[in-house]
Amino acid sequence: MSRYVMTIDLRRCVGCQTCTAACKNANATPPGVQWRRVLDLETGKFPDVRRSFLPMACMHCENPPCEEVCPTQATQKRGDGLVTIDYDVCIGCANCIMACPYEARSIVHEARFAYGDQPIASEAVRFDPARISVATKCTFCKDRIDEAARSGRIPGRDPEVTPACVNSCISGAMAFGDLDDPDSAVSRLLAETQHFRMHEELGTGPSVYYIWDQA
Amino acid sequence: MKHVQQRPAGHLAPRRQQNWDWRAAGNFVCGGAGGGLLFLAALAHLAGAEVRHLIGAGLLLVGTGLFCVWLEIGRPWRALNVFRHLRTSWMTREASVAPLLFISGALAVAGLHPVLPVLAGLCGLAFLYSQARILAADKGIPAWRHPRCAAVVVATGLAEGAGLLALATPVLPARLLPLAALVLILALLARLWRWKRYLAGLNADGAPLGSLQALSTIERRFVLFGHLVPAAFAAAAGAGMPGAAAALAFAGLMAVGGGWLFKYTLVRRAAFTQGIALKHLPVRGRGPAGAAVKPGWSGH
Repeated sequence: MSRYVMTIDLRRCVGCQTCTAACKNANATPPGVQWRRVLDLETGKFPDVRRSFLPMACMHCENPPCEEVCPTQATQKRGDGLVTIDYDVCIGCANCIMACPYEARSIVHEARFAYGDQPIASEAVRFDPARISVATKCTFCKDRIDEAARSGRIPGRDPEVTPACVNSCISGAMAFGDLDDPDSAVSRLLAETQHFRMHEELGTGPSVYYIWDQA
Repeated sequence: MKHVQQRPAGHLAPRRQQNWDWRAAGNFVCGGAGGGLLFLAALAHLAGAEVRHLIGAGLLLVGTGLFCVWLEIGRPWRALNVFRHLRTSWMTREASVAPLLFISGALAVAGLHPVLPVLAGLCGLAFLYSQARILAADKGIPAWRHPRCAAVVVATGLAEGAGLLALATPVLPARLLPLAALVLILALLARLWRWKRYLAGLNADGAPLGSLQALSTIERRFVLFGHLVPAAFAAAAGAGMPGAAAALAFAGLMAVGGGWLFKYTLVRRAAFTQGIALKHLPVRGRGPAGAAVKPGWSGH
């Protein structure tokens, strides 16, 4: 079975936040909720100063601590590596948020809209009450992955079945694909570069690989 | 350690968790004390004391804690879903122990069988232990997941139970007062020991600076008024000083208050998130990669 992972080349990321905007547009997250964030780091002291950008989202861990602690089994890990939340089962206890070392999850307890109490037309169309008072997070655009399984298209290669953030990246810093496929873009990238996964020492096994240099 | 300029919008460094508020803390505060009290009541029962009122108080505390949780969860009318993940979730296990605790406790209060207080006490201990493991399993909060955190949470639950038992000395047989005082002193010493080890572990292994600061803020009060002063009062009571019962009750009150202060601080004020860490900064153009970055942590 496929094992989907994402690579993010930190050398290429310019912190433009396009992926953040693409994610919000694709998933209609409410104000204040960002399933994708791009963090801005300034390090060092003159004359050795650096600025780095760090795209963050759900890591879709191999050993998701959120799944372990979830009392309802609303959080599940699929065979293809995606970690999902069943909104109809979640009780909103926030234990998974405490368990996530990547701060990837959030809960919104009341409907919020961009311009006050009433939604604008586009918000009204896409508002989902099932996501109120339950945990939510990046899904790796699960609907697209599922569509790929039906249509035979390849995530990471065919844009219509590739996560929105990856599609939107202006510098090509992000890649998505099947780690079990040696010919996939992510497999080749990982073979050719040096990379790390965040907080690996916690045993979570993240599915997002950060590239920092050539091999 | 490279200097890191922290921007508020970026959440680079660990920040205080915002999801579990006083209601979630109330479960650990009240539920833990209730579980500890049920266990201590079982011990008192084995020593020949009448403990039905203590068991009732323990049930009330546990019930209050669970009610706080119910108020806190986003979808309270789905609360029964909490029982669905017994295989790995300590929250499910805590919830699963609760019915056994209430049933055995209620039957013990009714006086149906002399073994029931012991069974209720064991359920109380299991409830307390489950709470400690809930925190230990939360990898996103370094102060909770530290290997020594669970032990101090259990220790404080038992100390609070001993404190509540001491508070009840006016209604216990007078012959048990020295024993209650001794149990309280031992419980306080155990908690103090676990607390000191916990702080030492956090400092040695590294922790978010905010967590260390929050715990340091209460350290002096917790040690002095949560341990040393009540232990002194308990020792004096055990030695038979005039007003021993009142002294022991006061010692118990301080022991309980100290424990509640610690647990509230742990769940709310010291609960800082993991933050981000980069093992390597990216190489752009020529030159080496930058040094690792882990803002907002001690020990790095």
